[in-house]
Amino acid sequence: MGWNRKVLRVNLTEGTCTDEPLNMQWADEYLGSRGLATKYLVAEIDPKVDPLSPENKLIMSTGPLTGTLASTGGRYTVVTKGPLTGAIACSNSGGFFGAEMKFAGWDMIIFEGRSPKPVYLYVENDKAQLIDASDLWGKSCWETEEAIKHHHQDPLVRVSSIGLAGENQVLFACIVNDLHRAAGRSGVGAVMGSKNLKAVALRGTQGVSGIKDMKAFMKITAEKKKVLADNAVTGQGLPKFGTQVLMNVINEMGALPTRNHKDVQFEDAGKISAEAMHEKRPTDGKTHLVTNAACFGCTIACGRISEIDKGHFTVVNNPKYWGASGGLEYEAAWALGAANGVGDLEALQYANLLCNEQGMDPISFGATIGAVMELYEMGVLTKEQIGIEAEFGSAEALARLTEMTARGEGFGKEIGQGSRRLCTKYGHPELSMTVKGQEFPAYDARGIQGMGLTYATSNRGACHLRSYTVASEVLGIPVKTDPLTTEGKPELVKAFQDATAVFDAAGICVFTSFAWTLADVQPQIEAACEGDWSMDKLNAMGERIWNMERLFNNAAGLTRKDDDLPPRLKTEAAKVGPAKGLVSGIDKMLPEYYSIRGWTEEGVPTEATLARLGL
Amino acid sequence: MRVVFKLFASLADYLPAERRGNLVEIDVAPTTTVGDLIVRYRVPEKSAHLVLVNGHYIPPAARAARVLQDDDEVAIWPPIAGG
Repeated sequence: MGWNRKVLRVNLTEGTCTDEPLNMQWADEYLGSRGLATKYLVAEIDPKVDPLSPENKLIMSTGPLTGTLASTGGRYTVVTKGPLTGAIACSNSGGFFGAEMKFAGWDMIIFEGRSPKPVYLYVENDKAQLIDASDLWGKSCWETEEAIKHHHQDPLVRVSSIGLAGENQVLFACIVNDLHRAAGRSGVGAVMGSKNLKAVALRGTQGVSGIKDMKAFMKITAEKKKVLADNAVTGQGLPKFGTQVLMNVINEMGALPTRNHKDVQFEDAGKISAEAMHEKRPTDGKTHLVTNAACFGCTIACGRISEIDKGHFTVVNNPKYWGASGGLEYEAAWALGAANGVGDLEALQYANLLCNEQGMDPISFGATIGAVMELYEMGVLTKEQIGIEAEFGSAEALARLTEMTARGEGFGKEIGQGSRRLCTKYGHPELSMTVKGQEFPAYDARGIQGMGLTYATSNRGACHLRSYTVASEVLGIPVKTDPLTTEGKPELVKAFQDATAVFDAAGICVFTSFAWTLADVQPQIEAACEGDWSMDKLNAMGERIWNMERLFNNAAGLTRKDDDLPPRLKTEAAKVGPAKGLVSGIDKMLPEYYSIRGWTEEGVPTEATLARLGL
Repeated sequence: MRVVFKLFASLADYLPAERRGNLVEIDVAPTTTVGDLIVRYRVPEKSAHLVLVNGHYIPPAARAARVLQDDDEVAIWPPIAGG
């Protein structure tokens, strides 16, 4: 059946842990992880709740394929109302934590209320207890994981935790598991911090039971792993070069947002690319990249493990950062690098390490630094206000501002509010490169038109992972489309959004979609889960999940005006490259998208749409 | 006629010794096509997955007919992806 059929409900106010059966009717309609956890959230909280109040809830959830032999079946999702956006927050992470939740016998953990003192949740199979975490408060994610493993004398405990950023309620704080994997976006770590919940530690020894047809499941998952292995992207490109290989591609296309989206090409893109990670440094003769790495059950292994140059100014007196650790991935390298005009690979890795150590989303953090640097360039912000000279391209400024934000020091407190609040405070809200308050990832909406619509309509604020049309517009997966035109993009975005929701709900990694379509996932779900899991049902389910998230956002107070891009992308044309002279065609695409979705002109799902989807 | 030829990721090994990073500047005859460059540098056809000229995508069927112009920049990748 795929599911353990068991939910752990943790009331932090009362200090209680209770188990309850999983709602199997909802599982049949929303599958698991992103879909099922969102169903629980929308059923249990007022959409208008203050995200950082005890009335908000935070749900950690697996999917039916999490912890199984399905390739990449190690994902888990954190769902809550996001403090950065005021919208649904749904943040997904790999590593080993999700599988451990299944091995311990649970599908989902629901946190509610607020603990009167810092605690962490320790789960060992059926036993769950809240433990005083007063001695962990103030520690980093790395220190917390080590301390919990030491306390329980068990190196196999899997830990998700917040660092100083989550404790300080940095609005883009994330939840870090397995040292360098993270539920990264929308500030889910701040919600955890607001609940005085420092960490969740899991130990499971029960494996995954209840697969509907184990023989069929073994056969089909082996077949689909071969599809991934035989595919040149998932079998060779991603393991060897990781996601960062896109740096030069997107730069050549003139779609690499640079210096807070003022430019679309970065002159130092090559210095922060995947190719650069493979080059020997002149300083010590070593490559930055040490090896690739895989999350639980993954047969792609796109992860990067790197070693920083010990002589670099950021770490020369700080041996703590000398060892091999996670990064850089494309998004982090872009946000910490091109977005700020910084082409120093070692400085980017240092900032990335701090983000992992103290639990910050490097995308939102890096993009906010881009806004700070533009305000500094304009003279709106001064050295005296920031505490440091912060011109575009300064690796020193990047490093120092990362430290300040991670530790909640000085101007770092303002950076920790994200670019929308910061830019608004200083009189220039138009310089915040955000949708719904969440910062853009690494694709310029002028050079890749479908991504503009992706950002504008993403239910969790600007995000590339809700409909990665880059696959089609740049890479030709599943078919090549022209990135410079708006024609056909509303249909493309909707198709990606709905399909991605199913991949997420299943508990697998969306990177499988470079080789798999939904038709490859369907038989794996069918073999694992009780019930009918036809393609029609899965397609409808993806659309249902999307509309459910939209309804939550509408009820939270978001409207059509929140489905918009910053004026820069609509009025300032790209200066160079293939998109030279182009702005985003969002105003043309959005009405067509609403129509295709079966929504009103104001972006509200019609009664007919809701009835068709069973909402 | 001068053009810039770039090979990325695992294709970089096909660049000549005088390469600078992932690129080499070369002189080509006026009628040289994108397809000609791919053959000249022995880039396996199936590995020349993503081909851009000045950032614009050149589909496989158009490579033999796309004549290079002075200062064109040709960039090629094997099958890759990111996120």
